[in-house]
Amino acid sequence: MDQPFAKSSTSFRTASGLNPYTGVFGKDALIHLLKRSGFGAKPSDIQALSSLSLAQVIAKILTQPSSAPTPPVNVYNDANYTDPDVPYGQTWINAPYTDGTANYWREVSFKAWWTGLMIQEEQSCLEKMVLFWHNHFATQLVEIGYARYAYLNNILIRNRALGNFKTLVKEITLDAAMLNYLNGQYNTKTAPDENYARELQELFTLGKGPNSQYTEDDVKAAARVLTGYRINAQAQGYFDSTRHDTANKQFSSFFGNTIIGGKTGAAGATELDELLNMIFANDEVALYICRRIYRYFVYYEIDAATENNVIVPLAAIFRQNNYEIKPVLAALFASEHFFDPLNRGCVIKSPVELTVGLCREFEVVFPNKTTNALNAFYMCGYVQSVASNLQQNIGDPPNVAGWPAYYQEPQFYEIWINADTLPKRNQFTDRFAGSGYTRNGSTILIDPIAFADGLSNPADPNALIADSLAMMYSIPVSQALKDFLKTILLSGQSTDIYWTSAWTDYKNNPSNASFYKIVLTRLLSFYKYLMNLAEYQLT
Amino acid sequence: MKRRAFIKTAVPAAVIPSLIGGFTFEAIGATSWLSALTAANTETDHVLVLIQLNGGNDGLNTVIPIDQYSNLSLARSNIILPENKILPLAGFAATGLHPAMTGLKTLFDEGKLAVLQSVGYPSPNYSHFRATDIWLTASDSNQVLSSGWAGRYLNEEYPNFPVGYPNATMPDPLAIQIGSVVSPGLQGPGANMGMAISDPNNFYNLINGVQDAAPNTPAGKELTYIRQVTQQTQQFATVIKAAAAKVTQQVPYPTSNNLANQLKIVSRLIAGGLKTRIYMVSIGGFDTHAGQVDATQKESGFHASLLKKVSDAIKAFQDDLTYLKVANRVVGMTFSEFGRRVKSNSSGGTDHGAAAPLFVFGDPVKGGVLGTNPVIGRTVNEYDNLPMQHDFRSVYASLLQNWFCVPTSTLNNVMLKNFQPLDLIKPSYTCPVGGVITNPNLNAGKKLISNYPNPFTGSTTIQIITSAGYTLVQVFNIQGQLIKVLHDGVMTAGTHQLTFEDEGWGPGIYYARLQNGSIQQMRTLVIAR
Repeated sequence: MDQPFAKSSTSFRTASGLNPYTGVFGKDALIHLLKRSGFGAKPSDIQALSSLSLAQVIAKILTQPSSAPTPPVNVYNDANYTDPDVPYGQTWINAPYTDGTANYWREVSFKAWWTGLMIQEEQSCLEKMVLFWHNHFATQLVEIGYARYAYLNNILIRNRALGNFKTLVKEITLDAAMLNYLNGQYNTKTAPDENYARELQELFTLGKGPNSQYTEDDVKAAARVLTGYRINAQAQGYFDSTRHDTANKQFSSFFGNTIIGGKTGAAGATELDELLNMIFANDEVALYICRRIYRYFVYYEIDAATENNVIVPLAAIFRQNNYEIKPVLAALFASEHFFDPLNRGCVIKSPVELTVGLCREFEVVFPNKTTNALNAFYMCGYVQSVASNLQQNIGDPPNVAGWPAYYQEPQFYEIWINADTLPKRNQFTDRFAGSGYTRNGSTILIDPIAFADGLSNPADPNALIADSLAMMYSIPVSQALKDFLKTILLSGQSTDIYWTSAWTDYKNNPSNASFYKIVLTRLLSFYKYLMNLAEYQLT
Repeated sequence: MKRRAFIKTAVPAAVIPSLIGGFTFEAIGATSWLSALTAANTETDHVLVLIQLNGGNDGLNTVIPIDQYSNLSLARSNIILPENKILPLAGFAATGLHPAMTGLKTLFDEGKLAVLQSVGYPSPNYSHFRATDIWLTASDSNQVLSSGWAGRYLNEEYPNFPVGYPNATMPDPLAIQIGSVVSPGLQGPGANMGMAISDPNNFYNLINGVQDAAPNTPAGKELTYIRQVTQQTQQFATVIKAAAAKVTQQVPYPTSNNLANQLKIVSRLIAGGLKTRIYMVSIGGFDTHAGQVDATQKESGFHASLLKKVSDAIKAFQDDLTYLKVANRVVGMTFSEFGRRVKSNSSGGTDHGAAAPLFVFGDPVKGGVLGTNPVIGRTVNEYDNLPMQHDFRSVYASLLQNWFCVPTSTLNNVMLKNFQPLDLIKPSYTCPVGGVITNPNLNAGKKLISNYPNPFTGSTTIQIITSAGYTLVQVFNIQGQLIKVLHDGVMTAGTHQLTFEDEGWGPGIYYARLQNGSIQQMRTLVIAR
């Protein structure tokens, strides 16, 4: 799965490394940073951050928000369904498991709530990292069948997303969702279940790189260390020493023939710390995680130059900082490699990046989540369902390895795009550059006039095109394409003045329906076209 | 067309190491992989449908070795089927199907279903992802390939794809994946050979207007890829819609059965006249670590409902193919990344295992059971696994050779080695040239591999009786790992003796496997304490 040195076939990869980027930190560099570290670049964020230095922006987006999000609430009670345990407007996160129907609605609520957090996020890398860790420590609601576990898992990840990775691994090991998903709760001394022990090594810490040489016996020994964990009624993991295997656990030469001495009683729980210390003593952990981070934020191809110039030094930073995540991200985002022209625009947007990103970059107006909670829930739920249809269903990745776009050789991100999903992506953007999505009296859609109005000089079609491309595309386009785009704004006329006067007429008479319609239809066609081209799928 | 240039340089790197790595079953010969690029297409209207059971299907709860029932019920008392519920197979009374699989039982009775026992590969991997990759790429256990076996086959048949396609001789997609994610099995050495569709009636117009030349950067590579998908989608949308429109009536399919929904689309497209050769469909949920049966009624429960879906879907599909008069063109097979452990766990499920049975079905398929029931010991440890009898790549190779009529030289480029062909296709369907298969039952009942002493300490003498030709003798441990290759090459006809030494393997049960042409037999070896 993880073959970091398998390919070095392309001549166009770069040898740049982790040295600090010293080029101009202008608008295009800021947009690149915001698009990669978050979902789309909001015009208001670009505005707010444009006077800051690169270091200041990085410090800002890596700051853990001081307040936790308000939990999702029951807005799904309606004429057809009433949650028997949760009154309307109250949160369901502490409610016990009721039945499949109640759980279904809570799951829908959970996913819409999470999508809302991504759409509404302010100048931060947090949501992008929450999704990163969800992909990394994948759990599936469809398997777990208990929305409360998924919510607690999400909160755990949220609290640690920019924190310490080793702490995160320990907490995930004891997390109810994970204990349920990978059968940790059934792993006992009489019937060891290897499921979690295997993935802990293969997917969560060491990976399957060429030097990750743990053995099948190490999986079995780790499974025995991990015997005895259960889930209590409060949805917390706990250690039950009566189920713990108290014999010694012998590991292979890859782990220096470590023996984790079996312990009785409550002390048995400390074997987990020994296990993690043993695993984290190996350099492969930092290398593997840095490759995962690289593939998420930069590009999927890791050739020998990238391995040596980026991954290896990044992993060293990770280890020197005791597996703190922030210094790694800070070094990556500040590097000349990150801003290298060869690394721009080469990420194919994931479905969440496409859908949430569109809402953010056009600052699509959503119903207020306090005063119109029901419709906010409907709208966020819709965006989530589109991403799901495009094969990224948050809360339900395809399996424990997460989404194949982040690991499957040789296609990686290209897996997102095929004859089924590409037309669906176009349908989604067309809808938002058209009549939008309407339910229960609320509509979400692109307001192209508001977007254009925020640009430097929307009356000049050339400036309008250049500014729009700078915001929406991550690769430069030719003059021929710009010329074609202008014909959309000019409805086939050849002088710029037609657009300029149309725009000026509207601005001077905003309530004139005819003037409004003239600019609206042209801008909608213009943005629809931009989003239909392959370039828009890249970021 | 920069991507193609990239592909051409990428191919040798991807293929050549696999030719030199590992032990070879037969020399690849002088045929260069390059020759394949100029090889003529094989003319055939044959279709192969691959049904992937995701998660690792519990083979011992699917095809039950009835003669092992008492030991099996000791090893998995909390999940074992009631013996009287098992559906015995006519002519193979010692082997039975799970009671939920009445549809497959009917196909078996009609001689349209082959049950292959204990399919696997040496040194099985127990990771879902790695094992799935191994099945889809047809690699050795310790070998990493980045192309899929079906993708390599289509690359041989349709070189240069997607450049120059569609065209007059191949106006249709080469392979269709029902769903929204194309299987890595359809990944060719360069391009992906598959097209994903979820609804053959509904296509959306894509724009391919003013296009800048893609820059020679990673971004340019991805841009080119997306544009290619755009182009193919547009081109193929018309032919797929037309094919679907030709079929207006189908037999009823089971409802609430996603696999049936997928197969319904497949039969419609086949009958609608697409020249597409390979279809892939899948169903998930087979990773039954816990609660795989109903505790009080062990013939029902989670695994039973999955098996029922598979069986019902295949039966309806087969009926539909017959109704649409295309059943003589279609062969299907099921596969899963691994079987499950012989011993059940205390959570009413089974952990990741090794070899497992698979099904090949269709009018052209020679019905019956290939191979023998796995032997279950009286005491089974939690890590014990079934040894393989058939290499899964033999199944692929046989279908390529005898169903798709792929010449031997090309076959080597696809499978990268020579694999034992299996007798899967009825003689009336076999290809005009090549593909001569010895009846594997010719020597049924004869003991072709034996050893003395047994149990033994130190060493034992293994005696084999062979026909002239390529012969392989392997020894596996009880976890399915290949520990020794005693012979790998051509032998004369007659009786031969080989020595197997205990090089510190430790006391326990081992399996010697003889493969001689299309014949294979197993022998249990015991190293005494």
